[in-house]
Amino acid sequence: MKRGRLWRLVLAAALIAGCGASREERVLLVGSKNFTEGVILGELARSLIEYSGQPATHRRALGGTRLVFNALVAGDLDVYAEYTGTLGHEILASKRPRDEKELSAILAGMGLSMSRPLGFQDNYALGMRRETSQRLGIKRLSQLRDHPELVLRFGNEFMEREDGWPGLRAHYGLPQRNVRGVEHDLAYRGIAAGDADVTDLYTTDAEIAYYNLTVLEDDLSYFPQYQAVLLYRTALEKETPHAMATLKRLEGAIDEGAMIQMNARVKLQGRPETEVAADFLLKRLGITVNASNESGLERLARNTKAHVALVGVSLSVAVLIAIPLGILAARRPRLGQLVLGAVGIAQTIPALALLVFMIPLLGIGAGPAVVALFLYSLLPIVRNTHAGLTGIALSLRESAEALGLPPRARLRLVEAPLAMPSILAGIKTAAVINVGAATLGALIGAGGYGQPILTGIRLDDVGLILEGAVPAAVLALAVQWLFEWAERLVVPRGLKTSTGG
Amino acid sequence: MFELDQVCKRFGEVTALDRFNLSIEAGRTTVLIGPSGCGKSTVLRLMIGLQCPDSGEVRFNNERLDGDRITAQRRRMGYVIQDGGLFPHLSAHDNIALMACYLGWTAPRMEDRICELADLTHFPMEALDRFPVQLSGGQQQRVSLMRALMLDPEVLLLDEPLGALDPMIRFELQEDLKSVFSALGKTVVLVTHDLAEAAFFGDTIILMRDGRIVQAGTLDAMMREPAEDFVQNFIKAQRSHLSPEVLRR
Repeated sequence: MKRGRLWRLVLAAALIAGCGASREERVLLVGSKNFTEGVILGELARSLIEYSGQPATHRRALGGTRLVFNALVAGDLDVYAEYTGTLGHEILASKRPRDEKELSAILAGMGLSMSRPLGFQDNYALGMRRETSQRLGIKRLSQLRDHPELVLRFGNEFMEREDGWPGLRAHYGLPQRNVRGVEHDLAYRGIAAGDADVTDLYTTDAEIAYYNLTVLEDDLSYFPQYQAVLLYRTALEKETPHAMATLKRLEGAIDEGAMIQMNARVKLQGRPETEVAADFLLKRLGITVNASNESGLERLARNTKAHVALVGVSLSVAVLIAIPLGILAARRPRLGQLVLGAVGIAQTIPALALLVFMIPLLGIGAGPAVVALFLYSLLPIVRNTHAGLTGIALSLRESAEALGLPPRARLRLVEAPLAMPSILAGIKTAAVINVGAATLGALIGAGGYGQPILTGIRLDDVGLILEGAVPAAVLALAVQWLFEWAERLVVPRGLKTSTGG
Repeated sequence: MFELDQVCKRFGEVTALDRFNLSIEAGRTTVLIGPSGCGKSTVLRLMIGLQCPDSGEVRFNNERLDGDRITAQRRRMGYVIQDGGLFPHLSAHDNIALMACYLGWTAPRMEDRICELADLTHFPMEALDRFPVQLSGGQQQRVSLMRALMLDPEVLLLDEPLGALDPMIRFELQEDLKSVFSALGKTVVLVTHDLAEAAFFGDTIILMRDGRIVQAGTLDAMMREPAEDFVQNFIKAQRSHLSPEVLRR
């Protein structure tokens, strides 16, 4: 799965910020999905691998299941925590594995292996506020049939997944109409605020106790078993046997109570995942790992560096390509319509979809994020270059021609300077949009200010959200200011002077 | 100097010129005149190659105007349009020097030439650093004229150069233009819709209507022996603008 190697090389060379792992020592890449339990398990895995003496990086809180699994298949990740139910009923559902043996066989065919269960199940369930369930007398899922007026709010994954709402509705014949998907962590807040009656839960969620929710009994046994396991590339057994052996000490080590407690410490007490994982390893396995947390300032510096790199690289490349495209579009009107149409279409692709499309080509991390941001930057620059050039008065274009200047010199000496204010405005628009859009890069492990924002949403921590949102806004303003300053340098004086003096 | 030979030019449905023939003599001032839409500007634009004939050919010094030669040919012509066509991002000086600069003239040679031209066109040296928006309409046209003359072209093509100016400035510039023309002794082709101006500048006046030449010659000859009623009507329509002095000539 090494397609797009050239692209990767180009992008890797272009990136200033810290994805340059040395090649001599293999750094194992741990991934996690964008929910707290996954991140804690990822931290446990990373800590244990490092404890074994093997360097490891945790790309935490990547997007959804499909994204992380594909990254593992593509070799962009080495290991992440997954659930047997998700594997059998969602990821590999089309292959219809009947038991864990068949599941393992299918995975083996893809070069993947599954550890033995870690010791707890994290099943899907539906929950309601205790007072609502008592008032309506609902204890079991089948009883939901008698209450079609209930408002259902599910996490987006649950909404879409085969083993989520569509299957559940069919299995129980549920009549509810007011059903919508929201961010999983927001669903809890919705139900606590009384905006929703029923939501999906993970049975190890700390919020169940916190929000005083009743878990409805799956009386027609729809939900499969979700045993937590580690999923890893089989090759690691040979490449880094010691690390893998150490990692497997997690097998059977985490019971449900321990997992709920760890979730609660992160989500309800606001402890960092790294610290919670380290405490667990010490208590349960007697292993001491270094859980030094980076300071807020260091984190800000790291996020700033990553964010500026994302914006800087994508915008520079966009400028280099979009301006010639804009010139081409202005010179050849027919081709121009095609170019403008194409960059317009690129703009309409949803960011997340674009990121997911590019994973098979570019893996996860900064690469696809830079390409997505590059594509989004094209439209404003191409359009403004085109508008700037075609907006030049005919008498001026003809005067340049009548002087006997050849086409290139006309462009350089007359047309480009006249179009400069418009071109710069386009770059400025692109840059400001880019700073905002780059926060989405965190979904695929590109880092940047999106990282604290995503974590903040997950942990319901406004402080963390602001830690990403405020610098992003400041950066956007700074970029704007920078371009206004550049405008003063680049835009010819005669275009700014008014009459008189 | 210029020959237009059986030139046809259409703009969509409208025929601007139909099998048009014209020969411009060297060293003289020829004025093209006629009502709006008679094709006089098109003739000028064909000469500088801003427009290509649909059929027929345009020759400059017995050489056909065409794609490969056109930039070189244009450097031997000067072209001035009604609103000056000055580049707003360049100062008056840089507008004038643009082409010479591109051709790699040395600074002293360039400055000498600009000095000479400023003197010739009565343009104040201290205003050379101003941008076009900071210049009056008359000054802009002087700069435009200097820019056209910078490379010392063989021919000067002017398309209503005074059309946008108010009467006082217009009068002053008319005088200056005429003295420039006579000082340089260049071939000049000037387009105007104003008969007084035509009579003032033109050695030869060419009256056009609907893409063809109605009569060519002096104003005198046109008044004495009008080729058709249109000539008489055209002169009559403009008579109120003519001073007795011009009419007597």
